[in-house]
Order: sequence, then structure tokens, then C-alpha cells
Amino acid sequence: MKRFILPLGVFVALLGFLWVGLRLNPREVPSPLIDKPAPMFALAQLHEPGRVIGPHDMAGQVWILNVWASWCVACRQEHPVLMEMARMKLAPIVGLNYKDNRDDGLATLARAGDPYMVSAFDQDGRVGIDYGVYGVPETFVIDKRGVIRFKQIGIVTPEVVTGKLIPLIEKLNREPAHG
Amino acid sequence: MIPELGSFALMLAFCVALLQGVVPIAASLRNNGAGGAARWMALARPAAYSQAVLVTIAFACLVHAFVVNDFSVLYVASHSNTALPLQYRISAVWGGHEGSLLLWVEILVLWTAAVALLSRQLPAEMLARVLGVMGLISVGFLAFTLWTSNPFERLLPAALQGQDLNPLLQDIGMIAHPPLLYMGYVGFSVAFAFAIAALIGGQLDAAWARWSRPWTLVAWSFMTLGIFLGSFWAYYELGWGGWWFWDAVENASFMPWLVGTALIHSLSVTEKRGSFKNWTVLLAIMAFALSLLGTFLVRSGVLTSVHAFATDPSRGLFILVFLALVVGGSLLLYAWRAPSVGLGGRFAAISRESALLANNVLLVAAAGTVLLGTLYPLFLDALDMGKISVGPPYFETVFVPLMAPMLLLLAAGPFLRWKQAGFKDVRSLRWVGVAAVLCAIAAAVAVGSSPLLVMGLTLAAWILLATVWHLLQRLRVFEDNRTRFSHRLGSLPGSYWGMLIAHAGIGVFVIGVTLVKGREISHDVPLQAGDVHQVGGYDFRFIGAKNVQGPNYSAVRGTFEVTRDGKPVATLSPEKRQFASGGMPMTEAAIHRGPTRDLYLALGEEVAPGKWVVRIQHKPFVAWIWGGALLIGFGGLLAALDKRYRLKRSGRSAA
Repeated sequence: MKRFILPLGVFVALLGFLWVGLRLNPREVPSPLIDKPAPMFALAQLHEPGRVIGPHDMAGQVWILNVWASWCVACRQEHPVLMEMARMKLAPIVGLNYKDNRDDGLATLARAGDPYMVSAFDQDGRVGIDYGVYGVPETFVIDKRGVIRFKQIGIVTPEVVTGKLIPLIEKLNREPAHG
Repeated sequence: MIPELGSFALMLAFCVALLQGVVPIAASLRNNGAGGAARWMALARPAAYSQAVLVTIAFACLVHAFVVNDFSVLYVASHSNTALPLQYRISAVWGGHEGSLLLWVEILVLWTAAVALLSRQLPAEMLARVLGVMGLISVGFLAFTLWTSNPFERLLPAALQGQDLNPLLQDIGMIAHPPLLYMGYVGFSVAFAFAIAALIGGQLDAAWARWSRPWTLVAWSFMTLGIFLGSFWAYYELGWGGWWFWDAVENASFMPWLVGTALIHSLSVTEKRGSFKNWTVLLAIMAFALSLLGTFLVRSGVLTSVHAFATDPSRGLFILVFLALVVGGSLLLYAWRAPSVGLGGRFAAISRESALLANNVLLVAAAGTVLLGTLYPLFLDALDMGKISVGPPYFETVFVPLMAPMLLLLAAGPFLRWKQAGFKDVRSLRWVGVAAVLCAIAAAVAVGSSPLLVMGLTLAAWILLATVWHLLQRLRVFEDNRTRFSHRLGSLPGSYWGMLIAHAGIGVFVIGVTLVKGREISHDVPLQAGDVHQVGGYDFRFIGAKNVQGPNYSAVRGTFEVTRDGKPVATLSPEKRQFASGGMPMTEAAIHRGPTRDLYLALGEEVAPGKWVVRIQHKPFVAWIWGGALLIGFGGLLAALDKRYRLKRSGRSAA
């Protein structure tokens, strides 16, 4: 009566795949931007609309680009981690305030604290498109030569900071700025 | 205080569900005819009622928290907002993961209570087992809610303002879509519970099929309507004018629907002829397993989808374990019990049974291909062979060839007699076939033809004409002049009308799909105030765009005057909305609906001051897609309400 066990067998195989699938992250699509120069931009700063910020201003140092928005719920969860990173002075964090409005963005930082050295104001999300942002928050680590070395889709957790960001940034800090 | 009451009610419901799941089944296994076991089994019914009351209290508590804007509840704070209109605050209850799970449980306990209430004619053992199995399912979902997704979790200190509901979900279609779909998903748990109860008792007989048939039909009809509403919503709300995307979440509801369709047909064979018993049980298990799998796929985040629900691996693990226990357990029971079930009535190669068997095989194969396409990216990823995504090209390539023979058979099936049929049963159909081809060619010439278009229209005409022909034959319009026509009309049972209407609905649906696929026109054009653009014989004049203010959004509204041959047709006002809570701007399409075409207008980007990219679409017969789906769902409900099922009930309870 083997044929009556067949459905069970098929189901167990399916379960196996689902079990493995659960450990994979479908969002972890290898970003085509890794090891490519960070796309250039020049955006008005969030706090001082008269001043401009872009990757040029960060050249020669390892820095972090964090995409955030006041309307993003996950960003609130991520916020304390960013504050901690800023306290550790791991690397300067540049915020990319994505598809937001200025007052809401400023109010959020005033209320919860500002982990960013400076925030760029990307109102229509154009820079976000260049960076392939498809969910907020996203975080990029950019090296001294302006090359993207790491991308985190979704929130940066304390585990990501200790397991990935700290070792990576220490390594990048040792790399020469030219050559 | 009230949210804690809700939490507490859920905990109590969990305890009651545990009782309902364990005691009656255990008692039914030790039933030796003495009174003791009977009293324990009788526990099932009051347990089902009290569980329904408790979960409903919890559900009401959550609704209350939304209505009074209690932002000290995390779930309310992240899915609602004081500016949100009341009807959306209520629908926001199921706008997120925790709440939609609670809605799942609520619908499950209501189904359980309905079974307890309406199944008085069931033998005590059977009822105890059916309610017991449903209790066990409820245990799983209540545990899931309480331990991983409690909607009553507090946010302290309370937020001053909530996050607002996803603007896409702020729509009347989205208020009704999840409850209807869940009625279907969860309704299959009744068919499942009947199947498991029958397997435990070893009584897979015609009576079992008759009991589960109306329940399955109702669940299947709700599912049809739920899928229809989701598709209808995607059509007007996503702003692309598409109506089916083969998205993982859509597939998750489509697979149980396909298997459910096979199940309602297979149940009729089991009821009428006693055949297909093992197969019917397996289908009942599969339909519910696919409902659970759908829940797993949507909730666990193993697949990415346009329906971006918050995902969490620990939730995924919980559902996976639950899936393993429920489906693995029932398939084990199946492997153990099914071999002892007899084969039932024999049938010849040409007979109603074999036509329905072919229908079942095709439907299950179709569900299998959808499952494969949905999970293929996951399989490859699990085997470390790269990340890919499977899109509409795959589904359309594999799905259409399976459905074409299905549609051919669908029209002929009802003409075949049970057990042994001959070609003489279907001989009269040859004229129907000729007429269908002629109709299709005439229609194709009228609208301009392509081979696929002719094929689609031929199949649709074949189904519609054969269905009408069957009705005329059944009414003996051409033979019988003795009995009154109205009497003959009234003597046809509800299930027969249900079948006819559902089959005709398929024909109507196929016409809609074929013409929309083959004949739609879509233009993206930049327009300035005063510009005129012609699509499908209609002139669209852009009057201008202005800013308007909604309750919780601001919008740009474009105004267009539509004329045909100089005569005014409509004024359309598509909008682009920016919600105060932030996020992407939303496209609110303007649609002028008609029985033979929809005019679909969506506002794109402003490319220069005053100059907007506008997407103008002319969609022929798209209303027929919705009309067909509604007919299918309505047919199912009509069949479920067949007098036959009710007469049995009142007859037995009176005795």
C-alpha cells in the first residue's frame, strides 16, 4: 500500500524545502552596487537647506549612509542602534532622509535624538533610486575611495553592528585612501 | 484595561479550545455505548459555543481600541491614526499581521459554532470528532496569536499619534476582501475536519460526503468572492490596470481554490456513486493544507511579494511546525486508514465519473504547477542555485494548456450519464460545437482576430451554449407539452441551478479574460491642459490639474473630458495622493465602467510644470471578468442552499 504513503512523502520533502527557506532571506538579493563607486549626489541638507551634502564631502574617510524617513516604523526600532553607533564614533553616519517632508524629519530627530553627522534631504527619492533603495531603512558602508562595500536591507540590529559593521569598518580604516 | 480583557479572553479561549480538541475525540475513541463517553463527547458543542463567545469578546476589544484611538496598544499605534475615517479604523483591525490573525481565529470559531449549531443530525461520535479537530486547529492558531503575535501588546508610554494604515488598504474593497477570503480559507477547515473525523471512524461513505458538501460549497463560494474582490481591488487601486499578477500572495489563495474546485466535484461523485472516497479525503486534506501553506507563505516572509506584510522568522517557524503537525499528522492518518477503504462503484471509461476524474486531475495538476512556480525561487535558493523570480510568462505558458481541455470537458461533463455513458449522450453537442465555432469566428471578425482570441472565444461560446442546451434538454422544452413549463422549471433542484450558473460564469469569465488580454489598448502620453489624445475611439481632453485636500491626504486631481464622436461620455478625475503620514504617493485611478469596455485613467509624474504623464487605457469586456467571478461564487452558494441538505436536517431533528 505504498501509494497511500506517497502524499506524506511529497509533503515531507516540501517541508524540508520550507524549513531551509525559512533560514534564507529573500531580501538578501546580492546588490549590484557592492564594490561599485557610490552614486554621486548633491542634496540640500535637512537642517540647513542652503548647504549641500554629497559623497564628495566624505571622500577620504570610511562613512555610513543610512536611509531613513519619519514615516518609517522600522526606523524607530533601528534608531537606538544608530544612536549607539554614533556614541561609539564608529564612523560618521550620513542620513538620507527619503521621501519625507522637512518638518516631519526635523521633528523626528528633535524628539528622538540625531545620530547623523548630517542628513541629506531626498524629498522625491531620486537619490534613493540611484542607490537601489526599495525599502526603508537601508544602510551602506562606503570606503575611503568612495566605493560601496556593504549594504544592509532592513534594520541594522546590534548583531549586525558587532558581527559585521565593526570588523568591516576596522578593516576599511586600515586600507589606504589612495591606490 | 479593555485590551487586557481581550488578552484574557484569548487565553481563556485557548484553554477551552484545548478542552474541545482533546476530550471529545478521546471520549469518542473509547465509546463503548455506555453513557460515560457520551457525556464527555457532548462537551464538544458547549465548548464550541463558549470559544466563539470568548474570541468574539477579544475581537470586540480590539475593534474598540481602534475606534477610541487607544495608541497605548502597539498594534493600534502602528496601524491607525486619529485622522483616519471611522470605517478604515475598523477595517484597520485586520490591516496588519496580528489583527488579521485574530480575524482568522474569529472566523474559525464562528465556523465551528455554525457546525455545532447546524449539524444536529450528525451521529454523536462524528460531531465530537469534527468539533474536536476544529478545536485542535483553533489551539494552534490561538497559541500562535498569544505567543508570537498578540495584538493587545502595550506600547508604554503611549504614542501621541498613530502611524496610519497603509494607504493602499484605505479602500472599501480592502474592508471586505480579507474577511471573505478568510471565510474561504478557514471554511476548508470544516471539510478537513469532516475528512479527518471520517478517517478516524473509518466511515468514508455517502453520508459523510453529503454532510461535508454544503460546508465545502459555502467555503469555496466565499473564497471565490474573496479572490474576486482582491483582484477587483488590485485593478482599480494599484493604478496599473492589471487584475491578476501571479504574485505569491495571490497564488497562495488560488491554489486552495483550484483544489477546492476539484473537491466539490469529487464530493459529488462520492455522494452519488460512492467512488473516489480516498481521493476525496485526500483533496479535503490538500485544500486545507494549501490554505495553511498560503498563511505560512504570506506570514513567514520566505517569499517576497507586493503584499509586503511585516515578516518575522520566529512566526514562520511556528507556522511551519504547525503545518508539519496538522498536515503531516493527517497524511499519516491517511496512509494508515485509507488502504482499508473500499473502491466504491465501478464505472466505464466514458461516464460522468471519468469526466469528473479528468476534471480533478487537470485541476490538481494546475494547482501543482502554480505551487511549483510559486515555490521554485525558494527551491533554487534552498539548493543554493541562485536567486530568481518566476513571473507571469511561466504561469501563462503552463496554465493555459491545462485549462483549455478543462474548459472543453466542463461543457460536456453534465451530458454524460453516471457509471456508463456513450457517444449518444453527447451526440447533440456536435451542433453546439459548430455553433460555438461560428459565434467565435463572427466575434473575432468583428473585433479583429488572433488565433488565441478565436480559441478563447470558441471555448467560452462552447461552454455557454452547452450550458443553455443542457438546461433546455433537462426542461424537455422540445418534447414535453403535457406538464406545465413553470412546474418543470420549479422542479429543478438548487444544486442543478448552481452548477449551471457557475459553469456559465466560467464562460463569461473566459470571454472577459480573452478580450482584455487580446484587445486592450494602453497609452502613456504627456499631456498639458487643453491637449487631446485619442484611444480606442474616445477623445480624452485634459482640462487641468489642481490641488485638493482629503481627510488625511492632499492630492493633485486631474480633470479629463471624455467624448466620442463629439458626444460627451464622462468627466474623469484621477488623483495622485500624498498621505499625511508619509510614504509613497498613491495613484487613484479614474475609471468609467461600461458593460463592453472600461476607460481607465491614471495620473503619472509631472514631467514639466503643468505637463503630466497620463496613462490612458481602453479595456474591452473587463466587466465580464468580474461578472463571471460573481456568477461562479453565486452558483456555489445556490448549490450549497439546495433543499436536499436542509430537508434531511429538519426531517431527522423532528424524528
